Amino acid sequence: MRAFALRLMRSPEGMAGLILLILLAAMALCAPLVYPGDPMAIAGRPMLAPFSDPAFPLGTDRLGRNVVAGLMHGARASLLVGISAALMALIAGSIVGTVAGFAGGLVEDILMRIVDAFQVVPGFLLALAFVSVTGASLPVVVVAIALGAWTGPARLVRAEVLSIRERDFVAAARTMGMHPAEIAFREILPNALPPVLALASVIVASAVLIEAALSFLGLGDPNIVTWGSMIAEGRNLLRSAPYLSIAPGLGLVATVLGVYLFGEGVAEALARRRGRA
Amino acid sequence: MRRRLIGSIPVLLIVVMGTFLLMEMAPGDAVDAYLVSLGGGDAGLAAQLRQSYGLDQSAFSRLLFYLGSLARFDLGWSLAFDRPILGLIAERLPNTLWLMGTATALAFMLGSALGVVAGARPGSLTDRLLSIGSLALYATPSFWLGLVLILIFAVDLRWFPTAGIETVASGKVGMARVFDVAWHLVLPVASLGFIYLALFLRMMRSGMAEVWRLDFVLAARARGISRLRLVLRHVARNALLPLVTMLGLQAATMLGGSVVVESVFAVPGFGRLAHEAVAARDAPLLTGIIVVSAVMVIAVNLLVDIAYGFLDPRVGRGEEVS
Repeated sequence: MRAFALRLMRSPEGMAGLILLILLAAMALCAPLVYPGDPMAIAGRPMLAPFSDPAFPLGTDRLGRNVVAGLMHGARASLLVGISAALMALIAGSIVGTVAGFAGGLVEDILMRIVDAFQVVPGFLLALAFVSVTGASLPVVVVAIALGAWTGPARLVRAEVLSIRERDFVAAARTMGMHPAEIAFREILPNALPPVLALASVIVASAVLIEAALSFLGLGDPNIVTWGSMIAEGRNLLRSAPYLSIAPGLGLVATVLGVYLFGEGVAEALARRRGRA
Repeated sequence: MRRRLIGSIPVLLIVVMGTFLLMEMAPGDAVDAYLVSLGGGDAGLAAQLRQSYGLDQSAFSRLLFYLGSLARFDLGWSLAFDRPILGLIAERLPNTLWLMGTATALAFMLGSALGVVAGARPGSLTDRLLSIGSLALYATPSFWLGLVLILIFAVDLRWFPTAGIETVASGKVGMARVFDVAWHLVLPVASLGFIYLALFLRMMRSGMAEVWRLDFVLAARARGISRLRLVLRHVARNALLPLVTMLGLQAATMLGGSVVVESVFAVPGFGRLAHEAVAARDAPLLTGIIVVSAVMVIAVNLLVDIAYGFLDPRVGRGEEVS
């Protein structure tokens, strides 16, 4: 583990990503401490320009809400939705992939046709339809995003399981009389996971972007500040106060960039270990 | 190829049934939505409307009816627009196809060209700069990029229009109209396509970095082949194939991206129609849009398979024989 951390520190991309993510996480965690109370509440005079009032470092929006408070609370929503949607997609995909790869036959055929069906429908359209049917709230948005993201992990896990299930240790587990479900989930799945985890950064990044796009279109949770909804709000004042939509967008870019860089650093560190072994 | 075509039928069936079930989960039905838009109505009217739309039937028999009409290429009736869904989609689709087609072509050509530049000398300054730039671009949400482009090129510089697909009531015909539409599409195409440009650049670059390590490159070098020829004919050509596969995989994502971009630029296209269907709670329209987009994604992937056969002789011959 320590050796891995050292290898990660040697990759400049990985370190840059890690620092970005730590800063964003600190922003998200400190939000309720620095700006307790509802960030959507009116805090001061509307349309204050940035850097004009020390109480509002980045000014206020059309309704007099503090932009910095919104940005910090928005980081919470983005990170929370991104990570939980990716976790959900990885777990669901791993289970489906393991069952399909291990069971084979008709079960595999049916499961893989369902995976195909989810892959031909644009993930964003699916999320849009799901949110519009069930009503927007944070858990619904998480499920909606996971619906379009679980197929990648499912395919990858299945391919891994197909190659692992022929190995000797699986045959040994069979002769020991282990239950097939136990073999699938305790012996095979842990060995099939590493390449799937490499996919995690891409899934987190796209989940953050989809969440932002949903709330930009007004389909996010209306009771929570998100960067997407701040951009949508600021869009109405694009000519007079462009910073209102530019600032939260930079937050999004920083988040997604941090996730990608960190993911690349981890992949590099893992590859270097494999190369040495 | 025929097997793939037949194999896509059950997939499409699952899409239709899944979408239908999803829409069933919605509280209230089309008649409720219609009555709300009228400003209210009594129970008798609601029952009469339900009967005329067939909404008093069970969900299963309505699903069968829907599948039956789909087989006759009938997507049903849009409640929000009060006209057949197929005609509505056919009217909106060309704008989106232009948008997506141009964005894909631009992203693919520029992205792979820049990827060749970056991958020609892995680790050089040009390579580093292009890598960082493309990663930043790849991390940018398309709708926000669209707003920034509007701010710079439409509000400040006034080079391009801010929204729409053509100048309203301009009376332009022929080539003048084509140029007008192209003018309006520059910014939407850029904001939709730049992310994929970055993606193709990165794929091309990493693909080339891998090919450089292969033995045949060393052999080609030993034969004294010029550097340009080595880069283009031997390294880049072998790194190009995964990009073609990616083209098919990205079709679905791009269709999703067009929803947001068309909303930002007020392009009356297929994606914006999806947003309008959601806003108007028009379940039949949304179902039709999802089914049509699934058909489109399947079609693109079939085309990519055919193209792959042409580009990679190993695949092509195998297909012909079987």
